[in-house]
Amino acid sequence: MLNKNFYLILIISAVFGISFWIGFNVNLLPAEASINAPIYDELFKILFIIGLIIFIGMTIAVIYSLFKFRKKKDQLGDGIALEGNLSLEIVWTIIPSIIVLIIGLYSYNIYDRMGGMKELNHSHEMITSNTEKIWAGISQASNNEVASNNLSVEVSAMQFAFLFNYPKGEFISGELHVPVDHKVSMKMESKDVIHAFWVPEFRIKQDIIPGQPTILNFTPTKVGKYPIICAELCGPYHGGMRASIIVEEESDYKDWFNKNTKTGVSL
Amino acid sequence: MTTLDSSKEINKIESDVSAHHEDFRMFGLITFLIADGMTFAGFFAAYLTYKAVNPLPDGAIYELELPIPTLNTILLLVSSATFHKSGKALLKNKNSDTQKWLIVTALLGITFLICQLFEYFNLPFGLTDNLFASTFYALTGFHGLHVTLGTLMILIISWQTRPKEGRITNQNMFPLEAVELYWHFVDGIWVILFIILYLL
Amino acid sequence: MTISIDSQDSNPKSLQPKGWLRYFSFSLDHKVIGIQYLVCGFLFYLIGGTLASAIRIELASPMSDFMPRDVYNQVLTLHGTIMIFLWIVPVVNGAFGNYLIPFYVGARDMAFPRLNAVAFWLIPPSGLMLVASYFIEGAAQAGWTAYPPLSITTPQSGQIIWIMSVLLLGGSSIFGGINFIATIIKLRRPGLKLMQLPMYCWAMLGTSLLVVLSTPVLAGTLILLSFDIVANTGFFNPVLGGNVVVYQHLFWFYSHPAVYIMVLPAFGLVSEILPVHSRKPLFGYTTMVFSIMGIVVLGLVVWAHHMFTSGTPPWMRLFFTIATAFIAVPTGIKFFNWVATLWGGKISINSAMLFSCGFIINFVFGGITGVALAQVPFDIHVHDTYFVVAHFHYIVYGGTVFIIFSSIYHWFPKVTGKLMNEKLGIVHFAITFIGFNLCFAPQHWLGLNGMPRRVAEYDPQFQFVNQISSLGALLMAISTVPFLVNIFLSIKNGKDSGDNPWNALTPEWLTSSPPPVENWEGEAPLVEEPYGYGNPIYQENQQKKR
Ligand code: HEA
Ligand code: HEA
Ligand code: CUA
Ligand SMILES: [Cu+2]
Repeated sequence: MLNKNFYLILIISAVFGISFWIGFNVNLLPAEASINAPIYDELFKILFIIGLIIFIGMTIAVIYSLFKFRKKKDQLGDGIALEGNLSLEIVWTIIPSIIVLIIGLYSYNIYDRMGGMKELNHSHEMITSNTEKIWAGISQASNNEVASNNLSVEVSAMQFAFLFNYPKGEFISGELHVPVDHKVSMKMESKDVIHAFWVPEFRIKQDIIPGQPTILNFTPTKVGKYPIICAELCGPYHGGMRASIIVEEESDYKDWFNKNTKTGVSL
Repeated sequence: MTTLDSSKEINKIESDVSAHHEDFRMFGLITFLIADGMTFAGFFAAYLTYKAVNPLPDGAIYELELPIPTLNTILLLVSSATFHKSGKALLKNKNSDTQKWLIVTALLGITFLICQLFEYFNLPFGLTDNLFASTFYALTGFHGLHVTLGTLMILIISWQTRPKEGRITNQNMFPLEAVELYWHFVDGIWVILFIILYLL
Repeated sequence: MTISIDSQDSNPKSLQPKGWLRYFSFSLDHKVIGIQYLVCGFLFYLIGGTLASAIRIELASPMSDFMPRDVYNQVLTLHGTIMIFLWIVPVVNGAFGNYLIPFYVGARDMAFPRLNAVAFWLIPPSGLMLVASYFIEGAAQAGWTAYPPLSITTPQSGQIIWIMSVLLLGGSSIFGGINFIATIIKLRRPGLKLMQLPMYCWAMLGTSLLVVLSTPVLAGTLILLSFDIVANTGFFNPVLGGNVVVYQHLFWFYSHPAVYIMVLPAFGLVSEILPVHSRKPLFGYTTMVFSIMGIVVLGLVVWAHHMFTSGTPPWMRLFFTIATAFIAVPTGIKFFNWVATLWGGKISINSAMLFSCGFIINFVFGGITGVALAQVPFDIHVHDTYFVVAHFHYIVYGGTVFIIFSSIYHWFPKVTGKLMNEKLGIVHFAITFIGFNLCFAPQHWLGLNGMPRRVAEYDPQFQFVNQISSLGALLMAISTVPFLVNIFLSIKNGKDSGDNPWNALTPEWLTSSPPPVENWEGEAPLVEEPYGYGNPIYQENQQKKR
């Protein structure tokens, strides 16, 4: 008996060990380039580890049973007439419930840290007076000092392009330029069908819906050029509907802005 | 109980089952009506959501007059009662009464449809004017389709209850009962529709 | 409407055509209808699979070079629609339901045989119509979800045909659902209690409840959508003041339950197969029943998890996260119970068993990614990417399709009286299992790293992984060959199976194989313990009952 328990414990620790090892050492995600990304990756790691434990555990149980309990050549008759075991069944109702509850609360916490539970507001002078209903989106927390200095951009999407309007400079660009470590707040609206704004390196996505503006806020943390991908089927060229977001040092961003501005306002 | 007994018992019950089809035919019909009711539920949900989140453009007309729909509500409620009467009459084997009441019910249904059409023609908005108008026509139209079908079925069964060679008798009441249930269902939907669309 | 709901047929079945011909007739025999569903569904599976192969060929290179972009969208729309509405749903519900349920409740046929035949015969024409739309003016190209306003603005004839055919298929499914509920509740053999029914009956009861409660909403929604297309109304058209998000709510109110419509019957089938081949009673019958009903109830209130990035307010996202994740609990109970059923059994490792175990492994994987997707912050990154594509293929293919194959291996002797070739079966399993995992496992990585779904062209950095995936798809296509060969060989000259080759206890095995027209020569046996394995007294009783 002791022997049996020993093996059981050994196997369970091995499953946990392997899962944790994979969870911490295998990176399935792209670079982290916004303050959302590390938060997201933390959630991912937890879910990945829990998932691996359950999956590996179940797989081992199935394969072990197939080998251990397979019918020998000349064996006849049936297995044991075991119809159930209430306490065992209660155990495997309660444990998953607890896991699911913990995951739920934890992901609520993550979502809150990403700013998902914040009031949706768009901090832009041109639309402060409106009574327009903002539908949805992510309003990121600006716990970052520098980030208080918001940059507002209006995004319009159409088949098959994104246009970025910089109201301060009254110009429109096909590329999104943003200064690093500044909070960017975008109001997005579509001109025709539903599109979506997705930057994998930022771990954010929001549908752009015709007739119903949505909000998306983010703070980039790493200089570089990242793809903006349309993630909602919007017609034949949906796959080609891409743009770039260029995260640059504040001075570079200012140069770019001053070169393009049409109002004479310079940063 | 010996095996012989039990097999006898089973045979008896089995023949019972086939003699009383109504039992599960009615059950099937009720299931169908639940499904049908879900279609309406979807429409109502859409309507209520629109009302809550999609304000109409300025100047859109959506005031509805109450007299005709109120009359229509009364017509349908009365028709439910007359249908019930026809069923009662059939139980007493008075087929001509049954037929009479069924025809009254059908006439009420037809009057309902005429009133409905009259209302349609006098409304200040058309199908595509705005969201409210579209939903209004979709809901009342889908309901009207149910009334039309029901009226047709009532006419058919009233033909089948004709005293001499009619198929429907108090031995075979299922068609009448089925249509009756359907008709009450259509009435019930109308009452909900009336409250949501006209009164809210 | 009431007219089409008919009673037990009065036609003597002997008047119906015999032999092969009866499969092309308006037969009222539930066994014939079951086979009709299965074969028809399988033919559509080959069409859907051919389309999937076209998708994978296109995606083997980053450019859109194999077919034009709009054709790609048509192909993926047809693939999704055919696989769901013409393969999975009709087969796990219609085919196995019709074949098995009357046996399980001890009836000679379904409650409404005529309605049953109507429900089946709606399928081939609407399926053909759907496929034909591709050759007329191009099929629908807005994805199987047909989100407006895209579905309103794409070429209309294809979209309208798509709507009509989905409406007909939905109608067929509702008729089937009504029939199953009535048969299980009302047509049970006297003396047979609900809690003695084989698990598949419970699964079908739950599924049919979902069908009856949710499919009509889809029908209503599609009717509104078709008004938007042909009558220029503005329900879902923002230009006319409509609201596109309402469509998504209504659509997913059906289509989330639809995923359980696709998987609950498979849960039922695996509950029949595992006890037989491991010679042990089904573990935890009562909890299994409650977890099915739990899944039904929860399944109706989680639809918005498909819309986390659309216009849903935060509180709604939170509610739907919790509700969705909780489905893991009743589902988990079922999986643990199945493993406990294997535990301590005397397992015969044959094709049916292998596919069932493959199902358990694949589904647990797909379910776990599902629970991850249910977390709003997680889903925001991977929504509408290949991660989602991988999630649901793990469930629909690795889950349901594996169970369909398993069930075919298990019930083939019942239907034909012949045994299938085990060697070919195991080859089939091996190629399918490897090909399947090769095809869909890498797609998780693709999604996480930035490949959106429904695209004909993609970033060249993803080419290598996509080619692995396409290679897997090729293996899956190849794996159909041993299966088809096996079927034809076994029908022609398979070994005689006898009436009950597995020595099973469920009622369908207590008659001859293939069964006679009205299922039993004499009266239907009363099977109080469909899972009484290991209990010698019970087994003897059962043998006597024959
Ligand atoms: C048969 C079909 C089927 C089934 C059964 C499921 C089951 C589940 N699905 Fe899936 N799903 C689809 C088919 C299916 N899905 C399809 C087709 C889509 C895409 C639609 C489209 O957009 O085209 C989709 C999309 C989809 C999304 C939306 C993704 C997106 O578009 O962004 C989500 C999000 O929550 C989701 C979640 C789940 C969950 C939580 C389950 C759960 O039911 C899974 C529960 C099972 C388990 C968890 C495994 C067993 C449990 C245990 C071993 C216990 C222990 C486990 C834990 C404690 C975690 N699914
Ligand atoms: C429900 C069941 C189901 C099943 C079983 C499958 C099976 C497969 N699916 Fe499918 N799939 C969906 C449901 C399903 N799919 C849905 C709902 C979508 C979403 C659609 C949308 O976005 O709207 C989708 C989308 C989808 C995509 C994403 C497309 C995109 O977003 O751009 C891909 C890509 O790899 C894919 C691949 C496959 C493959 C390789 C198989 C394989 O498993 C298929 C294996 C079978 C075969 C290969 C058949 C073999 C036979 C032959 C080849 C024989 C030759 C022919 C004759 C003799 C006539 N599917
Ligand atoms: Cu825009 Cu896809
Ligand atoms: Cu879902």
